[in-house]
Amino acid sequence: MTAVIGGLESLTRPDIEEFLYREAELLDAWDLDAWLSLWRLDQHTRYVVPCNDTPDGDPTRDLVRIDDNELRLRMRVDRLNSRKAHREYPHSRTNHQILNVRVGAVEGSGDDRVLPVRASFTVWRFRNGRASTYVGQHHYRLVAGPDGPLIRSKRVVLDMTELRPAADLAIIL
Amino acid sequence: MTMLEHDPVRTAGFPLIDDDVEGQRFRVHRSTMTSPEIFAAERDKIFNHSWLYVGHESEVSAPGDFVRRPVAGRQLFMVRGAKSGRVNVFHNTCTHRGAMICRQKSGTSKSFPCFYHAWSFDSEGDLKGVPDRDGYGEKLDFTQLGLKSPRVESYRGFVFCTFDPDITDLVNYLAGAREYLDLIIDSGGGEMEIVKGTNEYCISANWKLLCENSIDGYHASTVHDTYFKYLVALGTDLRSGVQGTSHDLGNGHAVLEYDAPWGRPIARWEPLFGEHAREEITKLRAELVDKHGEERAFRMADTNRNMLIFPNLVVNDIMAVTVRTFMPSAPDQMDITAWELAPRGELPSLRQRRLDSFLTFLGPAGFATPDDVEALESCQQGFNSGGVEWNDISRGMARTPAGNDEHQMRVFWREWARKMGEHAYGSPR
Repeated sequence: MTAVIGGLESLTRPDIEEFLYREAELLDAWDLDAWLSLWRLDQHTRYVVPCNDTPDGDPTRDLVRIDDNELRLRMRVDRLNSRKAHREYPHSRTNHQILNVRVGAVEGSGDDRVLPVRASFTVWRFRNGRASTYVGQHHYRLVAGPDGPLIRSKRVVLDMTELRPAADLAIIL
Repeated sequence: MTMLEHDPVRTAGFPLIDDDVEGQRFRVHRSTMTSPEIFAAERDKIFNHSWLYVGHESEVSAPGDFVRRPVAGRQLFMVRGAKSGRVNVFHNTCTHRGAMICRQKSGTSKSFPCFYHAWSFDSEGDLKGVPDRDGYGEKLDFTQLGLKSPRVESYRGFVFCTFDPDITDLVNYLAGAREYLDLIIDSGGGEMEIVKGTNEYCISANWKLLCENSIDGYHASTVHDTYFKYLVALGTDLRSGVQGTSHDLGNGHAVLEYDAPWGRPIARWEPLFGEHAREEITKLRAELVDKHGEERAFRMADTNRNMLIFPNLVVNDIMAVTVRTFMPSAPDQMDITAWELAPRGELPSLRQRRLDSFLTFLGPAGFATPDDVEALESCQQGFNSGGVEWNDISRGMARTPAGNDEHQMRVFWREWARKMGEHAYGSPR
């Protein structure tokens, strides 16, 4: 019951795309609790955004923008759901766009099997008269959940040379 | 030779900084945040006549290591001289016809050729190569055509430059800020380094709002509620609040110093660091006491400091240490560059706690900095609405400054007014 019907190996690119579009839709709808349900939340959970000038940044050694484990990811969602994340209250309107989806080969064995997926993204953020754009690549490691894939980790590498054109990164990419 | 009619002290107009000690009122005219004329005058009176932070020596530790650095809107680069071992800072422009010499953000090179006509310089700035040198007469002195430097001095790894040939030397300029830099550097065992990775973000607000915000204890509980909630979830007891005071360090520098309500990698254990780190942090603290005595060790381990070095360098030693500098590109726009400073050779387990502590609070994707960005932009938009002419910064004028008073901001603004001279006056009404 912890396996996708047919397992990770049977997932096609349209299956993966459907999953990523669903994630984008939930983020754009600010339904962050539902977004969290797309994750397998445990000690492996990682949501990482390296600094723009250090795309290969390692959170155990380097300064990164975001290095969320399960607790911090939950706190990030709590924060954004509250009215006290002032930068995101009221919320931005966002449009998470996913393209160039590449599905890798399943790694590991047994319950540790993960499916690496890469996708390019453009995220538009509109708030208070300002439009900002984030462009980069998502690196997912997906695992099998009861009803389809779940996110085990997500590493978001920004292509902009600096964050400055987008000001800050208070939203989830 | 100064003639009376050229005396720069303005006798007409009203002071933009209304410092009424007797009336216990300190006001800042909001045109200081919005006026293009003031912005232009600041470039000249402040940024051309202060020591400005360029970078940290650890960023260029090996011969030929370089980083490109815009300072006060000027293109510079910092490079470790391969022959001298010295940290050089050069204007990033070819002495021939002007193209930028250093076109990569960072790297290592012993030779810096200009791509335009291939004039080539070494890491000491000397002109080494000129193609078809025969085309020049023998009287032309190529030794005069090396890369040009502003005045450069460093203090214990912190590299500064200035465009004012007559300004006092760096140590005098740092005044009381020096002791605080010493405290931070000594607490890390004497040798600090910049952690790889840079936070480069921007805020659509006047740069002086970030001077204020970086040393403001008054806003913490209101703006950063979600961060404190995170700390509480990790078991931190915040009931004691922010207890402390602020000091005038001279030359417009100021510090807010207060008891740490949270854990510090050096050296105050909190549950969020985990049981396994307890022993290491306790040991670190004992070493500080041995080396520096109980009182100084207490300051190093149990107190925080938010320090502004006039005009635009912030060194905040809080749950981690950040070095932050910022530069206006317009009256209502600034670019911020921030780094993480850490003791060289720190235990990996403590480094991990430090990295965690840094990014959860600090940085444009943390649980706190985005809300500061919002506050500053909100102020700027408020100024643009007009109707209210003055900001009030009077808090704490009638008492010994507390940790949540505004004394430290008045220190900044008084120096700002002093440096701006006649530009610190508004038109007579």
